[in-house]
Amino acid sequence: MSATTSSPAAPSFLRRALKQKRFSVGGGVTLLVVLFAIFAPFFAPYGENETTGPPYSPIGVLGTDYLGQDVLSRVMYGGWGVLVISVLATIVGMVLGIAIGVVAAYGGGWWDEVIMRLNDVLLAFPQILLALVVLTALQNPAPWVIIVLVGTSHAPRVARVARGVALGIVSRDFVVAAEALGEKRSRVILAEVLPNMTGPLLAEAGLRLTYSIGIVAALGFLGFAADPGAANWGQMINENRLGLATQPWAVLAPVIMIAIFTIATNLMADGLAQLAQRGE
Amino acid sequence: MSQVATLPDPLEEVAPPRGRHGGAAWAVWLLRRIGLALLTLWLVSVLVYVATVALGDPVRAILGRDYNSNPGRVAQLEAQLNADQGLVARYFDWLGGLLTGDPGTSLANQQPVWGQISANVLNTLVLVLLAAAVMIPLAFGIAMISAHYRRRRPDTVIQTILLGLAGVPEFVIGILLVALFSTTVFHVLPAVTLVSPTGHPWDQPAGMVLPVATLVLAVTPYVSRIVRATLLEVLDSDYVELARLKGIPEPVVMRKHALLNAIVPGIQVIALQLAWLAGGVVLVETLFAYPGIGRQLVDSVRNHDVPMVQALSMIIAAVYIAVNLVADILSILLTPRARTAISQ
Repeated sequence: MSATTSSPAAPSFLRRALKQKRFSVGGGVTLLVVLFAIFAPFFAPYGENETTGPPYSPIGVLGTDYLGQDVLSRVMYGGWGVLVISVLATIVGMVLGIAIGVVAAYGGGWWDEVIMRLNDVLLAFPQILLALVVLTALQNPAPWVIIVLVGTSHAPRVARVARGVALGIVSRDFVVAAEALGEKRSRVILAEVLPNMTGPLLAEAGLRLTYSIGIVAALGFLGFAADPGAANWGQMINENRLGLATQPWAVLAPVIMIAIFTIATNLMADGLAQLAQRGE
Repeated sequence: MSQVATLPDPLEEVAPPRGRHGGAAWAVWLLRRIGLALLTLWLVSVLVYVATVALGDPVRAILGRDYNSNPGRVAQLEAQLNADQGLVARYFDWLGGLLTGDPGTSLANQQPVWGQISANVLNTLVLVLLAAAVMIPLAFGIAMISAHYRRRRPDTVIQTILLGLAGVPEFVIGILLVALFSTTVFHVLPAVTLVSPTGHPWDQPAGMVLPVATLVLAVTPYVSRIVRATLLEVLDSDYVELARLKGIPEPVVMRKHALLNAIVPGIQVIALQLAWLAGGVVLVETLFAYPGIGRQLVDSVRNHDVPMVQALSMIIAAVYIAVNLVADILSILLTPRARTAISQ
């Protein structure tokens, strides 16, 4: 039964989603920002670290930053790093979280109790704190360290949601039937349980992407970015903060980009969540 | 809506009644819940210790390029961190110090950790409580206005604005406020908190406005959206319809029937957000140079000051766990169906 309802539901889910205003507006703007982050570096008027004038001067469209680099060019270069790290961190967090949550729900009993208690331990850390604690003992973190840290901080929150959704599915007839047929546990999870969780999990992924962008930008803002020389929206805010009074665009341009990006992904996630709720 | 789905159900935590009644069942539930909180706190301490000491090399991180050229300093720092002992022995040594109120000595300035933290704990507490005092009535007020105009234009506008705000990171909101009120557009409020070494940040109330406003704007959307969702659920229910049919005026229906039922989900989301604030202050305090534990944590992480980071993150995690514990107990006390489920 699951196979017949879930496979034709996939295209219609997208079509239903596009009819919804929040999803289409949020998704459209997200797409625009993503395209900007990917392609803008090719059109940037100056290089990433090219000096075009004195610091905090009004030369160029958005002026120059604390080192005299062109702000517009830096904004055009600075999205790529934030985008890639946020998306990968979201994927890491979703995969880890879904694995934990589904195993807890499907295992039940002691498994469930122990896994969810350990999950509560990770939940006791505000997300940014988990990253900061680990960064204490590291020097110049590599990008993959930041991806793993942000992903790990998502995992317990995703696990909670995934477990809740999976609990409603593992007791349904088709799962029991698959078990009765002697299917392997891993196959039951992959072929029967997971495909029926896509709606709520997509919504959760959208929400996690929003938070990923926020945390990655925040780490840059706090001065813990992977590459101090590279343009990065979060880091640009930190670098140019002292010039906020004289050359506000050096700070406001990256701030506005982050705000637009997070608002758009959040709208998209909310649209998906409403659809998932209605679909049930 | 997704935030609504992630709210924990207080009933889920309720142990099934097993032959005990009334007060005894209560005490068992309460002890179990407190025991779980303590267990969580202990596991948190293990995690903090391992993450700060064992995942990387703090001595190498502190000294940077000097690591290879300055063996004397390496030996000195390793002695201070007791690097020659085993990890387990060092952990219990640290845990014992923490429990007896002596979390060690700062690596950055050789002063005792607790002496540097205590004043900042108070500053952060005041900041968070002020934010909560503004946020709670504001969030409930917006939710009631929104629910009053449910599914009409004002409601849609309010909900879209709240949804937009909910996604924006708190430091982005803070910088926009600074640009608006202290540097670029108006020049009415100070952009940083200036404190004399002996004073408190609230000696200059104007300096508190922007940090508090940033926290309020970051948290209100979540609380308000969940309270509104609960209000709508109640307003559409049969017993509220009956109250209306009996001729009870709409404002009374809203206050007496709807609002009272929104309190329990309200408490839970407020607790979640207060706990979030314990971490959210990290960015806001750094942005406004507010002398609290959040900014101190960021500075300590930058200095790789391991004992300071350990103590500060334990404080933040303990606050998080305590707030959740209190919220769980309150929601059980205020939910009749959960109360009877325990004490039957």
